[in-house]
Amino acid sequence: MSTYAQKKGFGATLWDYLTTVDHKKIAILYLIAGGFFFILGGLEALFIRIQLAVPNNDFVSAGFYNEILTMHGTTMIFLAAMPLVFAFMNAVMPLQIGARDVAFPFLNSLGFWLFFFGGVFLNLSWFLGGAPDAGWTSYASLAMASETHGIDFYALGLQISGAGTLIGGINFLVTIINMRAPGMTYMRMPMFTWATFVTSALILFAFPPLTVGLFLMIFDRMFGSNFFDVANGGNTIIWEHLFWIFGHPEVYILILPAFGIFSEIFAIFSRKRLFGYSSMVFATVLIGFLGFMVWAHHMFTTGLGPIANAIFAVATMAIAVPTGIKIFNWMFTMWGGSIKFTTPMLWAVAFIPSFVAGGVTGVMLASAAADYQYHDSYFVVAHFHYVIVGGVVFALFAGAHLYWPKMFGTMLNETLGKVTFWLFLFGFHLTFFIQHFLGLMGMPRRIFTFLPGQGLATGNLISSIGAIFMAIATIVLLINVIMTQVKNEKVGNDPWGDGRTLEWAISSPPPFYNFKQLPLVRGLDAYWLEKMEGKKEMTPAEPLGDIHMPNNSFVPFVISLGLFIAAFGAMYRADTSWGLLVLILGMAVTLGAMFVRSIKDDHGFHIHKEDLMDDDNDKGAKA
Amino acid sequence: MQAEEKFTYETWPAEPEKATLEAKNKFLGFWFFLGGETVLFATLFATYLALKDKVPSADHALAKDIFEIPLAFAATMLLLTSSLTSVYAMYHMKNFNFKKMQLWLGLTVALGGAFLALEIYEFNHYVHAFGHTFTSSAFGSAFYTLVGFHGAHVAFGLAWIITLMVRNSKRGLNLYNAPKFYVASLYWHFIDVVWVFIFTVVYLMGMVG
Repeated sequence: MSTYAQKKGFGATLWDYLTTVDHKKIAILYLIAGGFFFILGGLEALFIRIQLAVPNNDFVSAGFYNEILTMHGTTMIFLAAMPLVFAFMNAVMPLQIGARDVAFPFLNSLGFWLFFFGGVFLNLSWFLGGAPDAGWTSYASLAMASETHGIDFYALGLQISGAGTLIGGINFLVTIINMRAPGMTYMRMPMFTWATFVTSALILFAFPPLTVGLFLMIFDRMFGSNFFDVANGGNTIIWEHLFWIFGHPEVYILILPAFGIFSEIFAIFSRKRLFGYSSMVFATVLIGFLGFMVWAHHMFTTGLGPIANAIFAVATMAIAVPTGIKIFNWMFTMWGGSIKFTTPMLWAVAFIPSFVAGGVTGVMLASAAADYQYHDSYFVVAHFHYVIVGGVVFALFAGAHLYWPKMFGTMLNETLGKVTFWLFLFGFHLTFFIQHFLGLMGMPRRIFTFLPGQGLATGNLISSIGAIFMAIATIVLLINVIMTQVKNEKVGNDPWGDGRTLEWAISSPPPFYNFKQLPLVRGLDAYWLEKMEGKKEMTPAEPLGDIHMPNNSFVPFVISLGLFIAAFGAMYRADTSWGLLVLILGMAVTLGAMFVRSIKDDHGFHIHKEDLMDDDNDKGAKA
Repeated sequence: MQAEEKFTYETWPAEPEKATLEAKNKFLGFWFFLGGETVLFATLFATYLALKDKVPSADHALAKDIFEIPLAFAATMLLLTSSLTSVYAMYHMKNFNFKKMQLWLGLTVALGGAFLALEIYEFNHYVHAFGHTFTSSAFGSAFYTLVGFHGAHVAFGLAWIITLMVRNSKRGLNLYNAPKFYVASLYWHFIDVVWVFIFTVVYLMGMVG
């Protein structure tokens, strides 16, 4: 009898997830937390669209509208899209390279809990005097003037969750460099792994500027410094630069994993090798590199001057080249393939025209002179929703359907999946396509209402109706998830039938050690190669032996909790007598937990060969 | 297990900091972390340069009024020497000479501590002699943030190295703790490199106006 397959009570399961260092369980934690924040951000979007459905609406007040739109953007980017991308990276990437876990399982857990506590802290602002209201970019000239604690929640919450993201990025980089299975050379890595690799490098170099920017904001708002106080020599443009030096790579941090997921889907469901694999790798790396050279295109109207604007305009347009390479490669992958229109494939096919539309408006916006007209209008809102929803969110839906069996061992219902897809696709274009024209007609972004008789009423009503379709689509997905999990019909290793990469060669979900014997990788699409030779499983690269695994730990939770407590102290230090004490207490908890981690040896444990052989007989399946 | 194995001078591997998979991961991950730290300090330097001498009125002291070479030079010598002593410590770590490693690490900590004491004296001096504080001007905020972040790194590094020295004092070197000592020394070198830039950008460039 296997000791690993026993049913556990609720308390034991909860404790297991609070202390887990297993990348597959951490992926599930990211999926649940990110999904929760996605629904929260979606509700905020619905409030925005209800308020804007008719002219002169008073569904929410102007001040509350500012809070909702700020939290919609901040939640969707930092607390929904990024964690959901991290969920798939955690769930799939280590399996794709044939590893038993990530390089730093402890840090993986720490990264999740930092994100989680940062997100919870940020959202507690709703109940504690008001949410941040200076937009997701939180420009210093607005943020310094905000009177509630909202901006403090923003700066402290993002600081905590940002630290978690940075840790995650380093972890993935080291995992991909050091933990690949024998034969898994760089140019045999699946596209999603490549995307994870480049994304992690972007995280490593993009997040520190945000860290500094947030520190400056924290210091200015809570500790009396003058970085953004013009009267004392400060300069608010510093925030704009720091935010966008982070913020532009951030959009590539979101879209590159989306490209990775779609690359997997196109190859799997066209039953063909990805067209132009090496040019795809090259394009991914190039997009990552160029992503750091274009931040000032968000600041064309700030007044940097024509030379700076021209350089950043040209650099921005250059990104269309590697992105175009990718678009053509995906189409050539489908060309001549025997295509199966499964739910993930529908999302992937719909992604191409949707994302190209966003890319075209991107090139329009990149033209600095024209941008003076588009700037701060609904045209910009339409553009970035086309790339982020049409690119990232489509990929998250597609990835959820594609990898659900690998993560949970059971398939989402295909019919409901297709219902979700069509409703969402229809609703998405209905909502955002018209916003291009609203913007061109002069509707500024971030306004809480508009007057009748200006030609904006019909367009806004259509846009709001579209949002309802997206909401219904999301509800259908939730019903699908519940139904699927209740039925819980178990599936085999390769439920789509056409899996190409290593994750489909092992059971769904995989055993906690992933690979009993590390697989021997003989080329790109390693599992597909074996299948084409009539084999059912990977050739092992090592004899069956003891497997070294990391111990679970509660310390990451405590480290993150300490920062969560300290953030309250920092925020209320100036108004209250207990603030400083709480700040010190929180930091003591965090540093104390780090100290404990440092002095207590953690050697992990071994699964013995004999137990692995028992396990084998139980399940009747081989790794 | 490999990491807990007892070693002698003869069996100790040539690169103990990279001898196990955990050690390789730690070594590489720490280099990436230092890459991120580099961007962090680069951002702080950029902020400092943008706000240097930006004060609300003419009666505030500027960089050329405040900084003095002797003090900054003394601090620089202390930190540079501490980097050298940590190199000796790692030399002895690689030669499986635990006692000498501890000795040189102790010297590193002493020099780092002296540097930190000098910095505290320096900050105190600026506040009282020039009214140059964290809240007095954007220049003050930027100066104390850049140099203070470095100082906080020194303090953290000292606490880290002392913790390692005390924790391992009784059990000597093995492949579990050797990478820990090694990355701590990498961190110490990084702090030293950052200081070289602070010495140049803040103090030397501050003197010439």
